[in-house]
Amino acid sequence: MSERLGLTPAQTVGPYLHIGLRWPDGPYVVPQGTPGAFWIRGRIVDGAGQPVVDALVESWQADPDGRFDHPDDPRGARPASVPGFRGFGRSETDAAGEYALLTVKPGPLPTPDGGTEAPHLTLSVFARGLLHRLVTRIYFPDEPAANAADTVLAGVDADRRDTLLATPAPDGLRFDIRLQGDHETVFFAV
Amino acid sequence: MTQETAHPTGSRLVLPRYRRDDVDAHPPLLSPGYGSTVLRAPRQPLTYLPQRLTEVTGPLLGEGRLGEFDHDLTRQHGGEPQGQRIIVHGRVLDGDGRPVPHTLVEIWQANAAGRYRHATDTWPAPLDPYFEGVGRVLTDDRGHYRFVTIQPGAYPWRNHDNAWRPAHIHFSLFGRAFTQRLVTQMYFPGDPLFFQDPIFNSVRDPEARERMIARYDHATTVPEWALAYEFDIVLRGRESTPFEDGDDDE
Repeated sequence: MSERLGLTPAQTVGPYLHIGLRWPDGPYVVPQGTPGAFWIRGRIVDGAGQPVVDALVESWQADPDGRFDHPDDPRGARPASVPGFRGFGRSETDAAGEYALLTVKPGPLPTPDGGTEAPHLTLSVFARGLLHRLVTRIYFPDEPAANAADTVLAGVDADRRDTLLATPAPDGLRFDIRLQGDHETVFFAV
Repeated sequence: MTQETAHPTGSRLVLPRYRRDDVDAHPPLLSPGYGSTVLRAPRQPLTYLPQRLTEVTGPLLGEGRLGEFDHDLTRQHGGEPQGQRIIVHGRVLDGDGRPVPHTLVEIWQANAAGRYRHATDTWPAPLDPYFEGVGRVLTDDRGHYRFVTIQPGAYPWRNHDNAWRPAHIHFSLFGRAFTQRLVTQMYFPGDPLFFQDPIFNSVRDPEARERMIARYDHATTVPEWALAYEFDIVLRGRESTPFEDGDDDE
C-alpha cells in the first residue's frame, strides 16, 4: 500500500552540514569514562579512494542488554542499563575523512520469526554529493557464531559480507566506509 | 518482572512495519548533473534490509538539546541580522497524515546575502555578525513547528557554468524511528533559479519537487514585522497490521 500523502523528497546535506548538524556531544553514544566503552573509528572514501571530508555518520543501537528505551519496542521501553546511554551517535568526518563514535557493545536482539540478530549498530551516512542518506550496519568481529546465524548478513552477497564487519583497533574497532568501487560497502534499502 | 511476562519467551514479537522507502519520491543517488554524486553514489544496488528492532525504533531526542533562542535565528547573537524577517512553520506528518509530535527539527541556512558562516564558504558576499544560520525546535503535540529567521539569499557554486543555488533552508528530521530519518531542503515559491539547479531537479517527479517548495502564508504574517511561509514535511508511514483498528479491508 502506498503513502496517502506524498513523501517529502530527500536532498543532500551539502558542504555546510556542520552549521546545522554539529553537536559537541555528538560522538558520545555513552559518556566518556563509561566502563567498557570503546571507540569505533573509520574513514569514508569515495570512488577515487579520496577521503570524504564533508560527511556525517549517525549510529543507532540497542543497549548491552539488547533493549531500547522506545515505546515501539514490543517488549516495553526500558531505560538503558548503562548510565547516560543515548543509543544515538553523530560524528562528522575530519580533514582525513575520519569519523569517531564512543560506545558500548549492544546486546543481541530477538527477531519476529523467533531468531536472534547478532549485535550490530545501524548507520546513516550523509554527505555532500549524497542526495539521500545511505544506510549500513556494523557487526562485531568477536561474534563469529552470532554473525554466521544472522539472517541480515545471510541476505548479503557472501563476497561482500566482510564490508559490514568491523576490525579490531588499538582503542576499539575500525569500520571504514567505501562509497563506491573496489570493496564498496554494502548499503541497504530499509 | 511484568515487562518480561508480558512477552514471555517464545511469544511472537510483533513489530510495526514502515512502508518501504518510495524510490520515486527521492532523487536517484547517481544524478550526474550534480557533479559530486559521480564519485560518491554507490554503484552496487542497495541490499534489502528487513525492518527489525533497530530500524523500527530510533532516538527520541528531547528538550535537553534546545537553547532558549534555538527557534529564533534573529535573536541568537545580540543584534538583528540583515535581511527580510520571515516565519517558517508547518507540520511534520507521516504518509497517512498523522502528526509526528515531539520530534526534533534542525535547520541551517545561508544569510541574507547568500553566505554561510562556514570556513569553506569563501565567495565575496558579506558575513553578518548577528546571523549564524542554525535553528532547532521540537514539534508540539500536533506535530507543528515554527521558526523565525531571515530570507536566505541565493549563492553561486561551481557545479556548472554560472551555477547558482536557489534560496533554500536545510531541514533535518528524525521522526519516531530510524526508518523515518530524513534530510531535505525547503525552497521558496517562484524562484527563477529552479530551472538550472541540478539538486532541486534531481527529484525527477515534478509533483514530488513541488513538495519541497514552501507556500507563502499570508495568514501567518505579522503586520509590520514578518512575512511567513508554510512547509509541511511528510515522513514515511506505517503499514497497517491485522492487529490494528480492525481495518482489514485493504
